[in-house]
Amino acid sequence: MIPYCKIDHVDKNFTRGTNETRVLKDITFEVTKGEYVSIIGHSGCGKSTLLNIVAGLTSPTAGGVILEGREVNEPGPDRAVVFQNHSLLPWLTVYDNVKLAVDKVFTSSKSRAERRDWTLHNLDLVQMTHARSKRPAEISGGMKQRVGIARALAMEPKLLLLDEPFGALDALTRAHLQDTVMGLHQKLGNTVMMITHDVDEAVLLSDRIIMMTNGPSAQIGEILDVPLSRPRKRLELVTNATFVKVRQRVLEFLYERHRFVEAA
Amino acid sequence: MNMPVVRSDLMETVTTKPDTAAMAKVLALTPKRPGLKTRVTAALGNVAVRVVPPLLVIAVLLAVWELFCRKAGATLPPPSRILRDTWELIADPFYDRGGLDKGLFWHLSASLHRVALGYALASIVGIALGTLVGQSVWAMRGLDPIFQVLRTVPPLAWLPLSLAAFRDGQPSAIFVIFITAIWPIIINTAVGIRNIPQDYRNVAAVLRLNPFEFFAKIMVPSAAPYIFTGLRIGIGLSWLAIVAAEMLIGGVGIGFFIWDAWNSSHISEIIVALVYVGLVGFVLDRIVAGVASIVTRGTAAN
Repeated sequence: MIPYCKIDHVDKNFTRGTNETRVLKDITFEVTKGEYVSIIGHSGCGKSTLLNIVAGLTSPTAGGVILEGREVNEPGPDRAVVFQNHSLLPWLTVYDNVKLAVDKVFTSSKSRAERRDWTLHNLDLVQMTHARSKRPAEISGGMKQRVGIARALAMEPKLLLLDEPFGALDALTRAHLQDTVMGLHQKLGNTVMMITHDVDEAVLLSDRIIMMTNGPSAQIGEILDVPLSRPRKRLELVTNATFVKVRQRVLEFLYERHRFVEAA
Repeated sequence: MNMPVVRSDLMETVTTKPDTAAMAKVLALTPKRPGLKTRVTAALGNVAVRVVPPLLVIAVLLAVWELFCRKAGATLPPPSRILRDTWELIADPFYDRGGLDKGLFWHLSASLHRVALGYALASIVGIALGTLVGQSVWAMRGLDPIFQVLRTVPPLAWLPLSLAAFRDGQPSAIFVIFITAIWPIIINTAVGIRNIPQDYRNVAAVLRLNPFEFFAKIMVPSAAPYIFTGLRIGIGLSWLAIVAAEMLIGGVGIGFFIWDAWNSSHISEIIVALVYVGLVGFVLDRIVAGVASIVTRGTAAN
């Protein structure tokens, strides 16, 4: 059977002058449809590079990415990205930021009125309809990230890529937004690949956690299944034995076997 | 917002015998909808704060000038004589007796016409070239050194060359304006394009915007503050150059008007013309700045 999405023997080297640094080495894994996969690792291990390769924003030195049986090597709306720093266009309103994506992706397949409704529908999914005529500078960080998520969802991506989407937010906002993303995944059944360095976040949201060793030449250290039923409730999970066990496995991996070595 | 108002109303009713301090406090808080009279007074106050100081300084300067130039043997006329000499010029800027004997309005409008043409051309070509240089590394490597040398050439140095090429005053003057205004527009546009954050480029890449969409939807809005800085410097330089260029090419125009006044020893007319040149330059700068602040409303804050 052809996997839904396959990251196939991806290597990435960066060259500066005569210096060649190997960032990623032989990364191979598969993602099934509807699955929520997290990639976790210490900073500098190349996990963002890996996401950029899947998004098509960076090209791999060797290997490739196959999505629904086709190789993808350039960016496109079928792999919409939610960027860490939201990347909304500051001169457009919240509505227009999402509309820009909707207009571009559904130019011929939806009528003007349908595109408008679809934009509003996606803003509604992230509860941002009330701020639709505000500019990004006028809303909070968490709200900006919500709009970023709405923009990505509005493209109806085959694979939704989240690049540390909650990294720049305070703890309370982060928890709130994690619940929103979890709810949306439950409702829409998107296939999601998320980069994170937050262990709790990875365990709470994912079906599988891909743990990366430290760079340079980062590899996949271990792939861990998270056998927790959905819908998951944050508070109930705190005492759940499986949750605690999975969390411990990830912590052990990150802090014992692959302790972050400060490059001094 | 309503709370303090309500409380102040209460205070007003409760305090039957208010001392002066409490009364002042209540009065300061109460006005929720200030009457027309208060608003007009406030607006007039604002205007006065801006207008009175420069008027005072001008009055003092005029007085000093009058004092120094009143004596016999002064080379420049005092303000009172300028007013007397050129009253016709100031009072009726629209007269037209044929030839070069026209009111100042006609001279200024001829100059503005040339500036408008040259500046419009410079804006279009400058933004296009700036985009090219900002976007393409090879265009920058090839063109930037040439731009850096050419931009230091003084505007008037281009005039003989353009007269030789066009064999006519009008296009030569327009060309001089064009070549003067274009450099800051090119350079600032290029810097603006080069400073487009990678994030916006990534968004454009994921959305697969084509080059035209990228230009209109990402590049221009993102680089707009820089582009308008260039446009603003450009309009200032254009106005500087037109006066000098017109002195040489002749015909109707404020530059030649000044030169003509000098040749006929009408020093008072020169001074009146200078005031007009300054005012028009100021207005041009304000117009471009005003357009910039409207267009770049959302861009500055991120």
